[in-house]
Amino acid sequence: MNKLFISPSPHVYEDTTVKRLMFDVVIAMLPALAFSIYFFGMGAIIVTLTAVVSCLAFEWLIQKFILKQQPTISDGSALVTGILLAFNVPTNLPIGIIIIGSLVAIGVGKMSFGGLGNNPFNPALVGRVFLLISFPVQMTSWPVPTGFSNSYTDAVTGATPLGIMKEGIGAGKAVSELMAEIPSHMELFYGHMGGSMGEIAAVALLIGFAYLLIRKVITWHIPVIVIGTIAIFTGILWMVNPESNADPMFHLLTGGVMLGAIFMATDYVTSPMSVKGMWIYGIGIGVITVLIRVFGAYPEGVSFAILIMNAFVPLINAYIKPKRFGEVQNG
Amino acid sequence: MLKTFPKGGVHPEEGKYSANSPIETLPLPKTVYIPIAQHIGAPSKPMVAKGDKVKVGDKIAESLGFVSANIHSSVSGTVAKIEDILDSTGYKRPCIVIDVEGDDWNENIDRSADLKKEIGLSDKEIIQRINESGIVGLGGATFPSHVKLSVPDGKKIDVLIINGVECEPYLTSDHRLMLEKAEEMLVGIQILMKALGVNLAMIGIENNKPDAINHLKELVQNYPGIEVHPLKVQYPQGGEKQLIKALINREVPSGGLPLNVGAVVHNVGTAYAVYEAIQKNKPLFERVVTVTGKSVKKPSNFIVRVGTPVSNLIEAAGGLPEDTGKIINGGPMMGKAINSLEVPVVKGTSGILIMPEDISSRKKQSTCIRCAKCVSVCPQGLEPYLLAKLAKLEKFDKLEAGGVMDCIECGSCAYTCPAGLPLLDYIRLGKARVSKIIRSRKQ
Repeated sequence: MNKLFISPSPHVYEDTTVKRLMFDVVIAMLPALAFSIYFFGMGAIIVTLTAVVSCLAFEWLIQKFILKQQPTISDGSALVTGILLAFNVPTNLPIGIIIIGSLVAIGVGKMSFGGLGNNPFNPALVGRVFLLISFPVQMTSWPVPTGFSNSYTDAVTGATPLGIMKEGIGAGKAVSELMAEIPSHMELFYGHMGGSMGEIAAVALLIGFAYLLIRKVITWHIPVIVIGTIAIFTGILWMVNPESNADPMFHLLTGGVMLGAIFMATDYVTSPMSVKGMWIYGIGIGVITVLIRVFGAYPEGVSFAILIMNAFVPLINAYIKPKRFGEVQNG
Repeated sequence: MLKTFPKGGVHPEEGKYSANSPIETLPLPKTVYIPIAQHIGAPSKPMVAKGDKVKVGDKIAESLGFVSANIHSSVSGTVAKIEDILDSTGYKRPCIVIDVEGDDWNENIDRSADLKKEIGLSDKEIIQRINESGIVGLGGATFPSHVKLSVPDGKKIDVLIINGVECEPYLTSDHRLMLEKAEEMLVGIQILMKALGVNLAMIGIENNKPDAINHLKELVQNYPGIEVHPLKVQYPQGGEKQLIKALINREVPSGGLPLNVGAVVHNVGTAYAVYEAIQKNKPLFERVVTVTGKSVKKPSNFIVRVGTPVSNLIEAAGGLPEDTGKIINGGPMMGKAINSLEVPVVKGTSGILIMPEDISSRKKQSTCIRCAKCVSVCPQGLEPYLLAKLAKLEKFDKLEAGGVMDCIECGSCAYTCPAGLPLLDYIRLGKARVSKIIRSRKQ
C-alpha cells in the first residue's frame, strides 16, 4: 500500500477551475465575434488579433521581467481582456493605437494592482476609456456595417444610432423624425448598425448570456438588473416626453448596453460579492448610463458607468453583507 | 416542488454505490479497541482493569458529567490493557483493549428479533435509560442523546425532527436502516416523542432514496403523528439548522440550539438505537457502517461492533483496492482522513470511504478571482473568502464580527472554489482561535 494522503475535509471538489471559467467566457463571446466579422470583415479580425496578442504579450512580459513571477497567461484572463478590448473599439482602429490600449489595459488596469483578482477596475474598460480620451477622433469614427469586406482603416464610416439621436435631439429635432434615419429595431437587434466591434449584435450577446447562465459562470442578477434599470429609467423619460426621448427598446439595443451588462459589468473581480450588492451595483450602472446618454456630453455612457460603479465595489462589499442564517431572532 | 433549505448548498456527485447492499453482520474481530472518548463532552472513566472478564453489553466506562456518555463492551472476553491508541481524530487516545472470547451476551439483553411496540416506560424513565445505554447522535456528531431530550424548564418543544437526509455523498448506512429496520425505527421515534411530550415527528429524507420514502410512507399510516417528508437533494441538508429550516421553516438563531425554535433533531440511526435500548434493553455497542468507494470491490453496509479495526471492514468489502490514495472516516464532505487501517470504529463512524489516488489530492491552487461562488453556496449566509482572509491575517475581532462562529464547517465553500483555495482550513483555524478568545473573555 502506498502512503495514505491526509488532509482536512472536504475531500471532493467541483471540477470548475479559473481557467475553465475564463474559457467559457471566451466561448460565450464567439457569437458576437462572428457577427462582427460578418458585418465588418477584415477589420474585425485584425483588431481582435492585435488586441489579443498584445494583451497576452504584455501580461507575459510584465510578469516575467518586471514582477519576476511565473507567467500565468494560460489562465485565460488576459485572453478575455484582449477580446473585450477589441469588442469596445471601432474596427478601423489602427494597430498602434490598439497596442497602446492593450498596454494600458493590462499594465495599468491589471498588473499594477497585482494582477488577476486584485484590480479594482475592469482592465478592458480602463484601456478603452484611456483610448477614448487620448484618441477621440479615431475612437469615434465608426465603420458602416457593409457586410464582409476587406477594408480596414479605409472603411467607410458613419454615425452610430446613439450619435444620430444625441446630435439630433441637441439640434432640436423630434425623435420620430430621427427614427427615420436609424435602422429599425429588428435590424438593431441583429446588429446592423455602426458601433464598436462587439457591441452591435444584441442577439449574439444574448446567446452568449444564455451560455454563461447554462454553464453557471455568472448568475442572472447583474445583466438583468442593469438592463432592467435602463429600460425602466428610459421608459419613464419616454412616457413623459416621447418626442425628445428615444424609446427604451432603442436604448437597450444600441451602444454598449448588452455587451456591458453581460460581459463587462459581470467581471468577477470588479463586481460585488453579495446579491444585495449586485442590486446596488446594477442599478447604479443603469442609472449612470442613462444620465450620461440623456443629459451628458457623450452619446454613450456604459463604459463610464461600469468604471464608476467598479470604484464603489469595495465599499459595497464592506457594508452590504449577505443575510446571515439565524440573524433574525425567533426565540 | 420539493422542500429544501433556501440558502446556499451544493450538489456533489452522489456515488451511492452501496445503496443496494443489504446490511450484513460483520464477523467478530479478534481484538477490539474501544476508545473512552467517542462522544462530544467529557471522556468516560474506565470501570474495568486488565484481566477483567466482560460480556457483550456490560458497562465498561462510565459517563463523567451531564454531557458525557457511558460505554459498553461490544464483545465478550478479557480486558487485555488500557492503552493509548491512534483513533480517527489522528490523536492517540486511551482505549480499552479487549481480547474477544466467544460471543456471550449480558443476560438482561433481549436478543429476540420480535418487534415490540408497547412502550412501558415513562418519559423520565426513557431519558434515564437512554443515558444509561450510552446513546449518542449517530449521524456523526455524537452528541449525547439524553442531553437533547432533557428540555430545560420554560422551553416548549412542539416537533421532533428525524434526520434521514443522509446528504453526505457515498454513505448509505441510514438509507439501509430505513429500509431494513423501518418498524423498529418508527417505534424508536414514538419513544422519543413520548420522552419529549410531542405529538408530531417529521422524518426528512432526500429524494434520492425513493424506496425508503415509499416504504416509510406506507408504514407511518399505522404510527399516528409521524410524517415522512421527501426533500430535494442538496448538501448540507443534514445539518440541523438547514433541516429545521427546510422542514418547518424556522431559523435557529445564531449561537442558539434547535430547542430555541421548539424543535429537537435526532438521526434515524439514533432512533433505532433508542428502540433497542428501551424495548430490548440493549445498550449502544454496534452500529451500521458503510464501506464504499469507487474502486471498492464489494461496496457494503455492515453491522459493526464498536472498537473493530477499520482493516476488518475493508477486508470484508473485498480488500483494499490497489489504487487507494485516501481513507476517510465518514463522508467526503465532512469526514476525517485516517492514516492507519487499525483505527477503531466508534459510535460516530457512519462510513469508511476509500478514495482512489487520482482524486485523493487537492485541487491545484490559483489566486482568488472574487467570483463569489463561496458566498453563494454558504448555507449560513457567511462570506467564506473574507473569513479565510481574516483568519490568514489573524484579525480575530473582525473574524468574530464576520460570524465565523456560525460556520458549520460543511465545506461547501472549499468544494466549489474554482481557484482550489483551502477556505475551510483557514476558517477552522480562525474559528478555533476565536472560540478560545470568547472563552477567555467569559472567565
